[in-house]
Amino acid sequence: MMQFMLLFSRQGKLRLQKWYEAHPDKVKKKITRELITTILSRKPKMCSFIEWKDMKIVYKRYASLYFCCCVERDDNELLTLEIIHRYVELLDKYFGSVCELDIIFNFEKAYFMLDELLLGGEVQETSKKNVLKAIAAQDLLQEEEKDLYLQNDILSLLAPPW
Amino acid sequence: MPAVKGEGMRGLAVFISDIRNCKSKEAEIKRINKELANIRSKFKGDKTLDGYQKKKYVCKLLFIFLLGHDIDFGHMEAVNLLSSNKYTEKQIGYLFISVLVSGTSELMKLVIQAIKEDIKARNPIFVCLALQCVANIGSREMAEALVTDIPKLLVSGDTIDSVKQSSALCLLRLLRTNSDLFNMSEWANRVIHLLNDQHMGVVTSATSLIENLVKKNAEDFKGCVPLAISRLSRIVTSSYTDLQDYTYYFVPAPWLSVKLLRLLQNYPPPDDPSLRVRLPECLETILNKAQEPPKSKKIQHSNAKNAVLFEAISLIIHMDNDPNLLVRACTQLGQFLQHRETNLRYLALESMCLLATSEFSHEAVKTHQETVISALKTERDVSVRQRAVDLLYAMCDRTNAQEIVAEMLAYLETADYSIREEMVLKVAILAEKYAVDYTWFVDTILNLIRVAGDYVSEEVWYRVIQIVINRDDVQGYAAKTVFEALQAPACHENMVKVGGYILGEFGNLIAGDPRSSPLVQFQLLHSKFHLCSPATRGLLLSTYVKFINLFPEIKPQIQEVFRSNNQVRNADVELQQRAIEYLQLTSVTSTDVLATVLEEMPAFPERESSILAKLKKKKPTAVKEEGEKPKTMPTAQVNSGATPDANVNVEPVASLFQTDPPSQAPAAPAATSDDLLGLSTPVATSAPPNALNNGGPPASAVLLDIFGDPTPAPPTSNNVGAGVVDEEHFNKFICKNSGVIFENNLLQVGMKSEYRQNLARVTLFYGNKTTTTFAAFLTEVSYPGDLKERLSVQLKDVDPTIEGGSQKQQILNSECISEFTIAPVLSFEFINNGAPQAFRVKLPLTVNKFLTPAVMNSEDFFNRWKSLSSPGQECQKIFKAQHPMDTETIKLKLLGFCLGVLDGVDPNPVNFVCASILHTRNQQIGCLVRLEPNNQAQMYRLTARCSKDSVSQTICDLLETQL
Repeated sequence: MMQFMLLFSRQGKLRLQKWYEAHPDKVKKKITRELITTILSRKPKMCSFIEWKDMKIVYKRYASLYFCCCVERDDNELLTLEIIHRYVELLDKYFGSVCELDIIFNFEKAYFMLDELLLGGEVQETSKKNVLKAIAAQDLLQEEEKDLYLQNDILSLLAPPW
Repeated sequence: MPAVKGEGMRGLAVFISDIRNCKSKEAEIKRINKELANIRSKFKGDKTLDGYQKKKYVCKLLFIFLLGHDIDFGHMEAVNLLSSNKYTEKQIGYLFISVLVSGTSELMKLVIQAIKEDIKARNPIFVCLALQCVANIGSREMAEALVTDIPKLLVSGDTIDSVKQSSALCLLRLLRTNSDLFNMSEWANRVIHLLNDQHMGVVTSATSLIENLVKKNAEDFKGCVPLAISRLSRIVTSSYTDLQDYTYYFVPAPWLSVKLLRLLQNYPPPDDPSLRVRLPECLETILNKAQEPPKSKKIQHSNAKNAVLFEAISLIIHMDNDPNLLVRACTQLGQFLQHRETNLRYLALESMCLLATSEFSHEAVKTHQETVISALKTERDVSVRQRAVDLLYAMCDRTNAQEIVAEMLAYLETADYSIREEMVLKVAILAEKYAVDYTWFVDTILNLIRVAGDYVSEEVWYRVIQIVINRDDVQGYAAKTVFEALQAPACHENMVKVGGYILGEFGNLIAGDPRSSPLVQFQLLHSKFHLCSPATRGLLLSTYVKFINLFPEIKPQIQEVFRSNNQVRNADVELQQRAIEYLQLTSVTSTDVLATVLEEMPAFPERESSILAKLKKKKPTAVKEEGEKPKTMPTAQVNSGATPDANVNVEPVASLFQTDPPSQAPAAPAATSDDLLGLSTPVATSAPPNALNNGGPPASAVLLDIFGDPTPAPPTSNNVGAGVVDEEHFNKFICKNSGVIFENNLLQVGMKSEYRQNLARVTLFYGNKTTTTFAAFLTEVSYPGDLKERLSVQLKDVDPTIEGGSQKQQILNSECISEFTIAPVLSFEFINNGAPQAFRVKLPLTVNKFLTPAVMNSEDFFNRWKSLSSPGQECQKIFKAQHPMDTETIKLKLLGFCLGVLDGVDPNPVNFVCASILHTRNQQIGCLVRLEPNNQAQMYRLTARCSKDSVSQTICDLLETQL
């Protein structure tokens, strides 16, 4: 079971956090700080898995964003990497070449999408089509209101980071 | 500003831009405070806000919170949004609540009300929203409110697929924390059959749920095995086009495959003849497919394919019954050892570690020894090197021990600091375990000290001394080797310790050689003396006094050292005392007495290697794979204490010291005079080694530390408040729940406690025994060590004044988060008659209180007992009864300890077997206990086996104090 997922930038700014186990805010902040420092200090070719307490950290970098998941010891590391990838794909499909700014400005959407992919720390729906269908159904329900279309100036997350 | 998708909230986007444009942290805080004030005034204002505005402000608050600021209002507005009929408003309301509202909030009633409404909604999107909120919070109150609704949603034929998926995982979340509320056995059959569902998403969610249920009750759900195997078989034989969108980069349903493979790891290999064929076929297909040329160059394809492969190998290792598959697994992993992907090399090393423990594949793993050794030398990532060390350790046996130990020693010279200590332990263990002759062992440990002296913990050098003392065939060699090692101009202090100890005992064995004559030995050691820490100097002084016994001819030189001002006036009280006492001892006693007092140390009782124990403590998983059990003592008498000669040896010294008290500086604790020659040995072993009470070194360390560690053990002082922690009454509470926990002439503190699962509710009664008032009465709980992460304790308020002769109550709620060994400390302070008072008492909240008795029949019990057989899971103790061994009393104690005593399970009616479940927030841990009383010997043998390592040890430690 996944314990939590963190998204943070290369500058160490937390962009999204999702906790599947209850912790006091203080503990969350401490864990977040610790992991951001650890991961940012690692070199590109290093292993994507870190033993951490009695858990495992699985992380991957997409453009300027790091995706970091904490899973239990016997969870499958490679597939956790692919959960991250699937999430990035979903964001990319939804936002159209997603970038860090999309996640900052539409953080609530990023959460909604994550809730469709993972629930209670377990994979709920792995089909990209089905998740996007669910999100589209949500969007349909939204009242009419004009979107604000403003320009998008940052690289896509799916482009390789280096 | 980038595009805002869907129905944008312009105000929010503007606010986010503002924050991003802030040049400094201060500017950001200023902007946030302005916004908070604005929102607050809007919420408080007379004008009623419409739904859109409420949503926008709640969303802003959420954003501010996610930036890391505290939010203390807006909760009510968020709850209001839940009852909106507009989906987006509802959705933001739920998001805010999931992120910001804790399960214990008083608003929860309203939230649950809204959830119950939405679960009944006709539009499935609303139902899923409510379910997601439940899964995000998962509080007990929610579980209680939805205990029937959710299972019904899950199995009902009318429920649409997406709702089924959400309800499966929602139920899983609630079961994790509140499993007692649900009786899932009645649903077993219908839940299992979800594995046959048409919709792959439903099957994926259901498999996670079923795995959790199986972990709690394997029997009721065993019908899932054939279904899982057949589903798995259909997936692995399908082509990547069959499963459409559930195929991920040409791999059919990797998530579901992995989950099914995980599920099957909860059961032994199937007995059914057709399944016995079908499952290995599936696994073989997976192995075959992994060998096929890749269908895509994308890393996602390889990751998904290999994820399934690794999980299949885990299942193969779990079943451990098919030599063909095990060896194949090993071969395929071997290919990964030199793969260019770091991740694969890491996982292959990790997985091979497990293969090394199977008798079928151990030899196959050994064929990769060269590759693993080269990984140790060439890997650039320390975590991969760490895995290589682990694997070398796991693949080591008698045939390759010398080579592996040599490689590890060589690597130690350049190894990363972060893994040195563990490597040292591993080398030491391997050297001991596979020592064909002990001279190799001695050489290896001395090399360890030479190469990585700083990382050689006490346990390691204690252990080499223990072994040298017990084996007379190696003593002469050891003396010669340490003597040579000490010749080095710069040698590590640990070497001086070992050298000092061994020469003090066996220096005579090499004294015949003029190159190592008594005087040379003494001078060599003494040349290091001034470079050493006080602890080592103390040890050397003891060596010198032993030399006087071994070599009377150098007595004058040694007494000279004792007599020198550097010693008798040493500022270090311990050293001063030793010097003076040894001088007196050697001046006034006859040679006979001296010979008795300073006689060679008796052999140590055989026991589990202290190094192994240390490694287990450091890294519980690392030792799990121990193939051979370390030498443990077979009989009770070994356990029961020090060898008799140690007592005889030591008695005269004690009386001698008492009649001739040395000039003791006041700071010297009286006990150190005992400690000098290891008098503490019998004391330490006859007292129960209770982890809770005994802050001192473990018994093994004391036993070994014959010369005594001159530095007294540091007091455990991470507690707040003043004074000593009172724990006089502590042990009385291990088997009962109410009584007096603290009493003095001012105050009496009583306690009454109730436990339910992982929760405790304790009422504390503070009685003022004086006639004057206690003012500013204040209480606080502190957590020694890492307890804070394991146990949460919430103190409710208490009245700050307690009138003379009256009593006040305080409620304390506690939750066990994960298993723990130390107890929290309650400190209270108050002012009485103008004088401040402060006391501290150890709160008798022990881990056993969170046990719930379980009932099972004989067959179940022994099946589970057998399944919990890895070394870490079991703890056994043999000890003398401290209380009368009356059957009824013992039974009452076990029941009071919250163990479910099972009658008619053990074939021997005298024995007790018990089963309980330890409830923690994070998990449930099964605990089985067997107690075998021996009335004749007045001894007990106590064995505990728990599904989580370390719990067994704690249970044994606690229970032992009660019997």
